[in-house]
Amino acid sequence: MYKYDQWDQAMVDARVAEFRDQCQRRIEGKLTEDQFKPLRLMNGLYLQLHAYMLRVAIPYGTLSGAQMRALGDIADKFDRKYGHFTTRQNIQYNWIKLEDAGDILAALAKVEMHAIQTSGNCIRNISSDHFAGAAADEVVDPRPYAELLRQWSSFHPEFSYLPRKFKFAVIASETDRAAMRLHDIGINIVRNDAGELGAAFYVGGGMGRTPMIAPLINGFVPLDRLITYAEACLRVYNRYGRRDNKYKARIKILVHELGAEEYTRQVEEEFALLLAQNIEPPFAELERIRTYFEDPAFAADAPDELDRSDPDFAVWSDRNTHPHKAPGYVSAVISLKPVGGIPGDATADQMRLMADLAGEYSFDECRVTHTQNIVLPHVRKADLFALWQKLEAAGLGTPNLDQVGDIIACPGLDYCSLANARSIPIAQQISQRFAANGKGEILGELKLKISGCINACGHHHAGHIGILGVDKKGVENYQLSLGGSEAEDTSLGKITGRGFDEAGIVDAVETSVDVYLAQRQNGERFLDTYRRIGMEPFKEALYG
Amino acid sequence: MKILTGNDLKTGAVTWWDGSGWSLYVDDAVDVGDGGDAIIAREESARRINAPYEIEAEKTQSGVRPAHIKDRIRGLGPTVRPDLTLKPGDPNAVREVI
Amino acid sequence: MVDLAQTILRFRDDTPVSDPAVTVEAFTGQSNALAVRIEPGEDARSLLPNLERIRLVEVNFPAFGDGRGYSAARVLREAGYTGELRAVGDVLVDQIGHMRRCGFDAFQPDQPLDAGDVEIALSRWPEVYQATTDGRVPIWNLRHG
Repeated sequence: MYKYDQWDQAMVDARVAEFRDQCQRRIEGKLTEDQFKPLRLMNGLYLQLHAYMLRVAIPYGTLSGAQMRALGDIADKFDRKYGHFTTRQNIQYNWIKLEDAGDILAALAKVEMHAIQTSGNCIRNISSDHFAGAAADEVVDPRPYAELLRQWSSFHPEFSYLPRKFKFAVIASETDRAAMRLHDIGINIVRNDAGELGAAFYVGGGMGRTPMIAPLINGFVPLDRLITYAEACLRVYNRYGRRDNKYKARIKILVHELGAEEYTRQVEEEFALLLAQNIEPPFAELERIRTYFEDPAFAADAPDELDRSDPDFAVWSDRNTHPHKAPGYVSAVISLKPVGGIPGDATADQMRLMADLAGEYSFDECRVTHTQNIVLPHVRKADLFALWQKLEAAGLGTPNLDQVGDIIACPGLDYCSLANARSIPIAQQISQRFAANGKGEILGELKLKISGCINACGHHHAGHIGILGVDKKGVENYQLSLGGSEAEDTSLGKITGRGFDEAGIVDAVETSVDVYLAQRQNGERFLDTYRRIGMEPFKEALYG
Repeated sequence: MKILTGNDLKTGAVTWWDGSGWSLYVDDAVDVGDGGDAIIAREESARRINAPYEIEAEKTQSGVRPAHIKDRIRGLGPTVRPDLTLKPGDPNAVREVI
Repeated sequence: MVDLAQTILRFRDDTPVSDPAVTVEAFTGQSNALAVRIEPGEDARSLLPNLERIRLVEVNFPAFGDGRGYSAARVLREAGYTGELRAVGDVLVDQIGHMRRCGFDAFQPDQPLDAGDVEIALSRWPEVYQATTDGRVPIWNLRHG
C-alpha cells in the first residue's frame, strides 16, 4: 500500500489547517455561504437533508486496517455510529457538525487520509479495480498510476474550478470492474505488441442526465507522458466545456458536441504544446510509487484446496470470492447488503471488525468496491472458513455478491437533498421479496441498481435492471430500465415505459425477473436473455 | 400556510422558524405570511440559520405538515432509520410523512 | 478618484501600466495598446502574435467559480509572456494561491482583500505537486533530487 512521505503528509496537514481556517471564517461571517460552499465541497462537506455530510476519500478504494479502524472510530466519535460506503469507493458520514469538521480532518490526516476534492467542480477521488494487485487477470496493478494521478490532481491550480465535477477511473485488465467507460476519463493500462505498458484513454463517459459511454481517444499514451496527456485533456475541457448550463457542463457533452475526433485533435495539439513545458513527473517517481504496491509475501506453499463440507460456507465461497493471482489465495468480498438492510451502510463496530479481519487474514489491507461492498484482497484459502464464520457472526456473511440482493442504492430521499424519491426502501423491499420467494437463489448474476434522482449516483443506467426515482407531483414514482451494464460490455439501460409507485416497482422487478426465468437458455444471465429477446416480452408482461 | 426552514450553521441540524427563533420541531413552525423574505434576510445575515427557504405547509390535527415529502422527511429524519428520527418511539411516524 | 495602488495587490517591481485595458477584439485591430482584457470565453492564444508589445493582461473573473481564467493565465505564461498578469473581478482570498501558481502576479478584486488573510493564503502550502511556470519545484522532483 502507498505510504505518505513527509511531503504528502505536509500537504494534507496544510489542507486541514486551511479548512479549519475557512470553517472559522464562515462561522464568523467573513465568508458568505455562496463563497464557502465551493470550499467546503472541495473538502467533501455537503449540507444534506438532515445535517452536514462529510465524504471521505478512499483513493482507488484501498484501505489499511488502521485506516478502516479510524473510519469506525470517527463514526463513533463524530457521527451516529455508522457510515455509508459509496459508489465512488468512498465513505460518507451523515450527521456531521461544521464545528467538528476540522477535528475530523485532523483525525483522518493521522492515518494518511483526507476528504480533499470529494466534491466540487474539480478532479474527484480516483477509482480503480477493487481486485487490483490481486486479480488473476490483470496486466499490472493499476493503482500506482491512480496514485500518481491522485497527487497530480490534488490542489491542481488550473483545474479547481472546472465547468463541472471530473471523475477518473484507472483499470488494467480486459475485465472492467470499475465502470471505466462511464467516467469522465477512463484509463486502461495496457501492454502493446512490444511489451511496453501504456495508457488507453477513454474520454467523455458518464451517467447522470445524459448517459454516455466514453469513446477511445488514444489507445496508447506512453507512461512517461501520462500526466502531460491528462493535463491536455483537462485543459481543453476547462477552456471549452460549457458553463452556461449546469446540465450540459460535463466533459461528455463537450466531447459529444465537438465529436470525439475533433476533441482528440484539440487534445493532441495541447499535448504537443505541453510536452515542451516539462510538466511530467520524473519517471523515477512512478517507479517509487510502484514499490509501494509490490506483492505482499504470499506463502509459496499455501494449500489450494478448500474444505467445502459446510454447505452454507460452500455457497458463500462460490459467490463471494474471486480468483487470485497467487496459488492458494482468493479475494473475499464482504457483502454490505444483508437482506432488508441498507446497501453500503456499516456500523462503527463492523468497520473495526473488518479492520481486525484485514489484519488477521489479508496482509492488513481491504478495499471498497463501487458496488458498496468491502474486499479482503489476499485471503489464504486455508483461512477462508474461519474468516466466513467470523463474518457470519457479525452479520457480514450474506452470500449474494452480484446477485439480485447485491443492490447498489444511492442514499436517496432519506438523506440526500438532491433526491426526488427514496432509494433505500426500494432496495430493502426487493431484497426481502427475492429472499422470501426463493427466486434469489436461482437467478445467478443480476445487477440491480437504484438512483433516487437523475444524477445517477446509484448507477441505474448501468444496471441489468435499473430503477430511477422521480417526483411525480410530489409523490415518489419509479422508472424501470433494463439492459444496462457497467462491465467491459458497457451498455446503457432502456426505460420500459411508464413508471410505478413504491409497491408497483417491486412487483415490476419480479415480473421482469419472471420473464427472464421463463425464457432463459443455457445458463444465460438476465442481461444475456434481455439482449437476445429484446424489450418487447418484458413490456408485454409489465404493461399487458 | 407559509413556513421557514433551514439548517443550523454550526451543527447542521434542520430547524424551523417558530416566530422568535429556530426550533428543531416542525410542529413549532409558524405561518410567516408575506414576511418570510425579511425574516430570512435578517436571520441569515445574523448567521442564526444556513440556507433558509420558505415552503408551503398545512396545519393539521397532529401538527404542521409541509407540502412536499422532502421537507416532511427533513422534519422527521431518515425513514429507513426510525431510531435516528425525532420520533423514535412512534411506530406510525414514518408512514405519516410519506 | 480611486487610487489604483490601494486596490491592486501587485507582486511586481515595475511601474504599473496606466493605460486602460482594451478588449481582445479592439486589441487585435490596433497596434498601440499596451493593455488588454480577456473575458472568460476568449482565447488567450489569440494574443500570442503580439505578445512582445503587451505589458498588462487583465483576466476578468465575473464569477469566482468560472475557472477559464486559470487556463488563460497559464497559456500566456507558457508562451513566454512576462508582463503583468492581473486577475480582476470576483477575486477572493481563497483562490489567489492557485492564481499565483498559474502565473497571475497582480490582483484587482471587486471587494478589498484582508491583508492578513492574503498572507496566510499565500504561505499556506509548503510545497506543490504540479509543475507550472511559477518556478516552484514540484514534490516529485524534490523526491528525486
